[in-house]
Amino acid sequence: MSYVTGLKCRECGTHYQLEPSAICEECFGPLEVSYDYESVRGVLTREAIEKRPKTLWRYRELLPLEGEPTVGLHTGCTPLVRADRLAKAIGLRELYIKNDAVCHPTLSFKDRVVAVALSKAREFGFKAVGCASTGNLANSVAANAAAAGFPAHILIPDNLEKTKVIGTQVYGAHLVPVRGNYDDVNRLCTEIAGRYPWAFVNVNLRPFYAEGSKTVGFEIAEQLGWQAPDAVVVPMAGGALITKIFKGFTEFAEIGLIPSAGTRFYGAQATGCNPISAAVKAGTRDIKPVKPSTIAKSLAIGNPADGYFAAGVISDTGGWSEDASDDEIVDSMKLLAQTEGIFAETAGGTTLAVARKLIAQGRIKSTDRVVIAITGNGLKTTEAVQLETIESIEPRLAAFEARLEKQQIAAAA
Amino acid sequence: MSQKVIIPTPLRKFTSGQETVEVNADTIADVFTQLESQYPGIKARLCETTGELRRFINVYVDGEDIRFLNQLATGVGPNAEVSIVPAIAGG
Repeated sequence: MSYVTGLKCRECGTHYQLEPSAICEECFGPLEVSYDYESVRGVLTREAIEKRPKTLWRYRELLPLEGEPTVGLHTGCTPLVRADRLAKAIGLRELYIKNDAVCHPTLSFKDRVVAVALSKAREFGFKAVGCASTGNLANSVAANAAAAGFPAHILIPDNLEKTKVIGTQVYGAHLVPVRGNYDDVNRLCTEIAGRYPWAFVNVNLRPFYAEGSKTVGFEIAEQLGWQAPDAVVVPMAGGALITKIFKGFTEFAEIGLIPSAGTRFYGAQATGCNPISAAVKAGTRDIKPVKPSTIAKSLAIGNPADGYFAAGVISDTGGWSEDASDDEIVDSMKLLAQTEGIFAETAGGTTLAVARKLIAQGRIKSTDRVVIAITGNGLKTTEAVQLETIESIEPRLAAFEARLEKQQIAAAA
Repeated sequence: MSQKVIIPTPLRKFTSGQETVEVNADTIADVFTQLESQYPGIKARLCETTGELRRFINVYVDGEDIRFLNQLATGVGPNAEVSIVPAIAGG
């Protein structure tokens, strides 16, 4: 049973039939899936949700499929970790980490959007899929397409982290590295999608794909005991995720699952690619594109098409945005690992580094209940973390004790 | 000499389904004027009534975004490839 009523332009409101189309023909604005919320209310209840398996499909009435999902059947419901040691280190009272670094199957939140997009591609009758990616989406499309039996055409900039390249190629996808940055790759994919009958998850299937990100918001609300937090800090690449977490909380409130909350949304970018945070800090929603240069390659989108909407959500909810340098990013990756045992990729370090700045600025209050969205696993961006090489020891107790003394670590009694 | 202009899917209804068309222009503004004279109505989809490029459209000359060059006054060389692409990003 589907509660989808069609597609609607986010900019001018024009309505369209449900089809693999992402762009408004009137104003070129992005299309979004719309639902019959009145009918969903009363069907998607807390009790109904709590009885369902622990996957993102527990929220299926608010996801855009007509029938049963066929891809990503074990995706979602990642841990919401109460992070007291980190909270203490950064001056907060109540902090949670939404940990998509362990999302199944490819360890990033992209598994959510791909689960929806590929299930929808099957419904539309597509025979092959594809994407443009900064890495995580490539991994996810490659893996899920292999499991679903779809050939996959995956285009990436040719300077991605080695683990992200291996983590795509190993699944047997048709991987095409491109001599350019992500914005070049995205443009090329748009041109390819206009010529070949393939389901590009973030081009022609974009409105369906994007709905998967709402489940980050749904899960946060459910895991907090059916309420939204005071503040949420979200990394911004294209700018879609932050708007979808907002949509998630809004929809839950709309159908009566959570009280209407005044959650403030805070966006995090890298200083080396900060078009959205620059706009927010300048008090505007107009994004000036930049040429990215940052170790946070997953956030290196110089012309973020959802930037206008991301800036809007931030501004409308009383939030703010900041950006972090490469050093600050790495420092925060280490802090998260060493206080909470969570190894996040560079985007995660960026989000925590920005949260720390916003706390120092007094924009996030120490008494706020805060959630930080960690979107991908650190094992995918190990190049970014330079740690000192540790010399080995001889296999002798005396050698170990000498090392222990050198480290000045008190031996356990 | 003429330049190739790559037309995105939503605009092909103006060009009778053609994916690539040809113009002979000096600047992007000139490209748009010529497109409008060959395919009436197309320019209103590309530009606001103020004449500015619409928010959700990107235009590239030989792979370079005109927002980094000279906006609509960006020059177009004799064999240039102009690409009109709706703004969709994120991946």
